[in-house]
Amino acid sequence: MARLIGQKLLTLVPVLLAVSLLTYLLLNLLPGDPALLVLGPESVSAESIAAVRAELGLDRPLPVRYLAWLGAAATGDLGRSYITQQEVTGAILDRLPVTLELMVLSLTIALVLAIPLGVFSAYRAGSRFDKLVTGTTFGLLALPNFIFALLLIFFLSVRLGLFPATGWQPLSDGLVENLQSAFLPALALSVTNIAVFTRLLRTDMITTLQEDHVTLARSKGLPTWRILFRHALRPSSFSLLTVAGLQVGTLLSATVIVETIFALPGVGRLLFDAINSRDLLMVQGVVLVLAVSFVLVNFVVDLLYTFLDPRIRSGAARVRA
Amino acid sequence: MSIAAELPVPPATPDPVDPLLEVRDLHTWFDTPRGMVRAVDGVSFTLRRGASIGIVGESGSGKTVLSRSIMNLLPKKAAVPASGEVLFEGRDLRPMSSKQMRSYWGPQMAMVFQDPMTSLNGVVKIGRQITEGLRQHLDLSRQDADAEAVRLLTSVGIPAPERRLGEYPHQLSGGMRQRVTIAIALACGPKLLMADEPTTALDVTVQAQILDLLARQQAERSMGMVLVTHDLGVVANRTDDIAVMYAGQIVEKASTRTLFRRMRHPYTEALMRCIPRVENPSHTRLDAIPGRPPDLAALPVGCRFAPRCRYAQPECLAENPPLFSDEPGHEYRCFFPVGTSAGAEALERNERAGSTAAGTTMDLLTKASA
Ligand SMILES: Nc1ncnc2c1ncn2[C@@H]1O[C@H](COP(=O)(O)OP(=O)(O)O)[C@@H](O)[C@H]1O
Ligand code: SF4
Ligand SMILES: [Mg+2]
Repeated sequence: MARLIGQKLLTLVPVLLAVSLLTYLLLNLLPGDPALLVLGPESVSAESIAAVRAELGLDRPLPVRYLAWLGAAATGDLGRSYITQQEVTGAILDRLPVTLELMVLSLTIALVLAIPLGVFSAYRAGSRFDKLVTGTTFGLLALPNFIFALLLIFFLSVRLGLFPATGWQPLSDGLVENLQSAFLPALALSVTNIAVFTRLLRTDMITTLQEDHVTLARSKGLPTWRILFRHALRPSSFSLLTVAGLQVGTLLSATVIVETIFALPGVGRLLFDAINSRDLLMVQGVVLVLAVSFVLVNFVVDLLYTFLDPRIRSGAARVRA
Repeated sequence: MSIAAELPVPPATPDPVDPLLEVRDLHTWFDTPRGMVRAVDGVSFTLRRGASIGIVGESGSGKTVLSRSIMNLLPKKAAVPASGEVLFEGRDLRPMSSKQMRSYWGPQMAMVFQDPMTSLNGVVKIGRQITEGLRQHLDLSRQDADAEAVRLLTSVGIPAPERRLGEYPHQLSGGMRQRVTIAIALACGPKLLMADEPTTALDVTVQAQILDLLARQQAERSMGMVLVTHDLGVVANRTDDIAVMYAGQIVEKASTRTLFRRMRHPYTEALMRCIPRVENPSHTRLDAIPGRPPDLAALPVGCRFAPRCRYAQPECLAENPPLFSDEPGHEYRCFFPVGTSAGAEALERNERAGSTAAGTTMDLLTKASA
C-alpha cells in the first residue's frame, strides 16, 4: 500500500512540473510589458523601463526566469506583488481557508443530497419520484450558479432573513456564525454538482442493480437498504468519484464568481481583484496554487479508487511480486 | 385430433405425500418491442421434501426465467402479470411482495447462480457475504456468525477457511468461488435449493466436484433441490426426477430411471445423443441437435419442436401436443412418441419421403446422430 502511494507520488512530479511551466508561460507570453504596468502609462522613458525590467529580472531569458521562479516557488516564495507590495504566498494563505471551506462544504452538500436521490431514483426507476428527480436535476443543470446564487440571496436572505446576504464570519467568530455565512455560497456552488452527481449515480446504479450479485444479495433475504447501500452503492460510485474529482476544477473557477457575488475574502476573489488590477505575479501565484490543488485532489481520488475496489489493491500487489 | 384421442390423457397427478414445492401451470411472459416473449409457458411439476429434480434444456429454453420465477426473484415490473401458482409448503409465493419473500429467501429457499464471477460482490469480503444472511435471519452475534461461516466453508471443501473470510472473491479460483456461493446458499439451512447451471461457467475439471458437493449436501441436509442444466449427463445420476424443457414448456418428465430407459419425446432422444459417453474417446465431437429452438416471441401453433423433429407429421403442425401419460409419473408432449408403434410408423414414413412434414430433410436431422 505504501509502495503503491510512493509510485503514484512519483508520477505526480512531471505533472506538477508541467502545470507550473504552463502557468508560467501562459502569463508571461501575454501581450503587454509588466514594467509598463508598474510604471503606469504616463512615464515611459526608455531608461526607467529598463531599470524596472532589471529590477524585476525581466531582462533575463525566459527559461532562466522560469527556473528562478520555480525554485523560489518550491520553497514557498511566490514573489511580491508589484501593485500591492503584498507577499503573494501570504496573501494566498490568508484567503485559502475560506475557499477550502466553501469547496468542502459545497461538495458535502452535493454528495449528501445526490447519493440518496441517485440511489432511490435508480431503485424506483420510472416511478413518479424518479421522474420528479430527473426533471428537477435537468432544470438545475440549465441554471447557472450565479443565477442560483442571486435567487438564494433574494429569497433566503433578503426575504426570510435566514442567512446573511454577503460577508464572511471566520471560524474564530463561532461555528454557527461561520456556517451561516458559508452556507448560502456553498449551496450556490453545489447546484450543478447535485444535479450532475445524482444523474451519474442513478445511471450507474441502474446498471449495478441488474447484476447477478444484487440478485444473489436479494436471494439472501437482506433488507432493501442494505442491498442498496452496502452492496450496490460502492460498485456504482466509480464514475461519481472520478467526476467529483474533475468537478473540483469547475468549482475552483466557480468560486471566482460566487465569492465575488457574496463578497467573501477567498482565493477566487483574490484572483478576480488581481486580474482587474493586472497584478501579474499575484495572478500567476493564485493560478499555480489552484492548478496544484486540482492535481492533488485528483491524486487523492486516485488513491480512493484503491479503497473502493480491492481488485486494484491486489493489482498493485502483483506488480510488487 | 384422432391420434390424441387414442392415447390416454393423464389424470391430474395425485399429490405425492407432503410436497415441498408444487409448480402449477406457471407462465412468465415478457412484453418486449419484439413481441410477447413466452419464456415460461405453462410449466407444472412437484418436488417432494428432500427430493431432487433436474431441469434440462438448451440455452434459451427458459430455465433461468423459470428458476427465478419460482424464487420470485424476477423484477416485478419486468414480466407481465403472470398466471399459475408456485406453492411452497402449500402457500402460493407468486403474489408475495419482496418484503414478504424476505423471510423465505435464505432460511426456506436459496439459490446458486450460473457464474460465480458475477454472482459474488467483488468489493465485499467473502466473510461478510456469508455472515450477513446468518445475522439477518438467525440473529447471530458477529463472533458466532464468523464461526458458522468457517464451518460452512469447511463443509463445502474450502481449505484455510479462517483466512478466506478476510479475502475478496477475485482472490479465489472459479471453482472455489462457486463453493463460496454454495456456502452462502446453505447458510440458513434452506429446505429448497435452486441451482441454475451451477457448473456451466466452470472449468471441466472442477464441474464434477461441484456437482458431487451439491448432491452430498442435498442428501445430508435432506433438502429439496432443483438442478438446472443444459447437459442431460449432469443430472443423469444425480437427481430423482428429470424434466426436459423446450421453448418454455416441459416436454417430458419422469423419474431419472424411467427417462433413460423409456424416453418418449424425440427431443429427449436427441438430447441423449449429446451426452458425452465414457467409452467415447474424449476428443469425439459431441453431437449438437441440428437447427435452433423457435423464437419465444413468435411461437408456432403446432409442436414447437416440429422443425427439428425426425418424427414430425402433419398433425404436429396443426396443434401443440398436450401432455400425455402412459405410466404413472411419466408425462410427455408428443403425438408420435419414441418407442411406440405410432412413433415408429411416423419415422418410417418420413424416412421413405426423405423429409418430415415440417419440410426438413431427414438427412439433415440424422447426419448429426450417425
Ligand atoms: N427480462 C427479460 N425481458 C425479456 N426477455 C427476457 C427477459 N429475461 C429473459 N428473457 C428471454 O427469455 C428467454 C429464456 O431465457 P433464459 O431463461 O435465460 O433461458 P435459459 O436459462 O434456458 O438459457 C430468452 O429468449 C430471453 O431472451
Ligand atoms: S412427433 Fe410431432 S409432436 Fe412429437 S415432438 Fe415431433 S413434431 Fe412434436
Ligand atoms: Mg440460463
